[in-house]
Amino acid sequence: MLIYLGKRLVYTIPIVIGVSIVCFALVHIAPGDPLVSVLPPDASEQLKQQMMKAYGFDRPYYEQFLLWCWRAIQGDLGTSIATGRAVASEVMRAVRNTLLLAVVATFIGFFFGLLFGFVAGYFRNSAIDKIASILSVIGVSVPHYWLGMVLVIIFSAQLNWLPPTGAGPGGSAEWRPDWAHFRHLILPAVTMSVIPMGIVARTIRALVADILSQDFVPALRAKGLSELGIFGHVVKNAAPTALAVMGLQLGYLLGGSILIETVFSWPGTGFLLNAAIFQRDLPLLQGTILVLALFFVLLNLIVDVVQTAIDPRIQRS
Amino acid sequence: MTSLSSLMPQDPAKTIAPIEKSPGYWAGVIRRFGKDKLAIAAGIVVLILLLIAVFAPLLAPMDPYAGRTIRRLRPVGTDGFPLGTDELGRDMLSRLIYGARYSLMMGVAPVIMAFGIGSLIGIIAGYVGGKTNTAIMRTIDVFYAFPSVLLAVALSGALGAGIQNALVSLTVVFIPPIARVAEAVTTQVRNRDYVEAARASGAKALTIIRVHVLGNVLGPIFVYATGLISVSMILASGLSFLGLGVRPPEPEWGLMLNTLRTAIYNQPLVAALPGMMIFITSISFNVLADGLRNAMDVKV
Repeated sequence: MLIYLGKRLVYTIPIVIGVSIVCFALVHIAPGDPLVSVLPPDASEQLKQQMMKAYGFDRPYYEQFLLWCWRAIQGDLGTSIATGRAVASEVMRAVRNTLLLAVVATFIGFFFGLLFGFVAGYFRNSAIDKIASILSVIGVSVPHYWLGMVLVIIFSAQLNWLPPTGAGPGGSAEWRPDWAHFRHLILPAVTMSVIPMGIVARTIRALVADILSQDFVPALRAKGLSELGIFGHVVKNAAPTALAVMGLQLGYLLGGSILIETVFSWPGTGFLLNAAIFQRDLPLLQGTILVLALFFVLLNLIVDVVQTAIDPRIQRS
Repeated sequence: MTSLSSLMPQDPAKTIAPIEKSPGYWAGVIRRFGKDKLAIAAGIVVLILLLIAVFAPLLAPMDPYAGRTIRRLRPVGTDGFPLGTDELGRDMLSRLIYGARYSLMMGVAPVIMAFGIGSLIGIIAGYVGGKTNTAIMRTIDVFYAFPSVLLAVALSGALGAGIQNALVSLTVVFIPPIARVAEAVTTQVRNRDYVEAARASGAKALTIIRVHVLGNVLGPIFVYATGLISVSMILASGLSFLGLGVRPPEPEWGLMLNTLRTAIYNQPLVAALPGMMIFITSISFNVLADGLRNAMDVKV
């Protein structure tokens, strides 16, 4: 196990370096001057040079990259060009909101995904299986930004039950565990949960059907084990895969929340990205993407390690 | 089937295998596909959408760009505007018809380009093997470390809004998964006896790839790529929805959905229509890809 852990960690290092290079390169594939949003259009050449120097854009790429990495390790992701505030603190505040949304959505999606998946896998080709399959196809095919809009139309515009946008009353950007804030969480979290629901349901359905077709199931039945007991064995066999899917889904939701956050004006990383892109605030764009991608790498690592820890079959192979 | 969030099966490389072809393989594919009513229905919907896109100028009753403020946001079923009008008074039906051109092009083109480039990269990596393989696949892994939506948004955000940049970003997003599948299948084919035999008999690498490898690997890669079209549709329209793809006043479903967001209180049905089109297209491609995979007996 320790050897595996060590190997897995070593394998992660080049990925982290690669991800950093891609994030760093983003600024340099951007057309035009990185300072275009702060400088007045009639800025003198001298002022331009000065600003380039102040932001370090005048040095060779590799030097800029190493300096950027060195600072990032110390938690300094630079300064937002548009607001002048530290990128790291802006990103961290936004990450908390996105994390909350993604975690809640993952749990909702997982609960229903497991439910549909197990039922469909157990009663294959029954009516329930058909319905569960249709739901999961819809779950993975629906443009979720549109689904969010439809939910807003139904529950906010028509029924007036839930607030359409924001993380809290009066444009509150900080989420607190009270009812007023909770009401704001419902629609975006439900919208977001549709994606993992569909995937989990599909995965679990195939998995359960596969487990039930293995030889040990009739053997258990032959020795007189109750259906509930057999169900326990199925759960045990499906758990590692289910957990892995859950971890990865959380990562995908974290990274892919921009569309839903835009629909619901949720003050998370997606919202930040949106602002960064349209104000051409490249340090902010770079920092946000780096943090999100590293989160994803970390989640992948955790998933692999946990899966290996709880599934003895992986270690053996 | 794939989804927006996972974009690809967790690890296609572990599960995909070349097709075991037997005599009458294609006859079997057609027979199996013919029995799959759902997939045929989805195929017909896709065909209709394609025809709408091609013949948009003939089908659209009005000019999709011509708006008049006095007829803004008319409801569905208005005389002369069967699907109502948008926030600038333009005919929704005509805009949705023309929108099929942009949306389908933006959804399908990146997958086709990624199919070409990704297959090339994957087949080279798989066939050459060794250090070249490691170098190529580790680079691919880096792009795999980004959630698809994030990568698409990051690239098109850095490159700037516009159709071309959105197409480039989406192509880059889809190259890694396709290359991975191509590499996995090619590696398996490469170790088959017939390839070994061809090599022993002195055939050149290019000849072996052309004669023995391509025919056996393109099927699975193709099936996998068709599964990505649905994701690509949602992502492409999503980019336009964010303002990163097609720009106003062009009719594109994702962009229309965004500009109609202000109308959800007055004309909710009209505001939801463009998203409905994206949904119908995406689910049809999804079901079609599923049917194709079953018919071609590819395990992804």
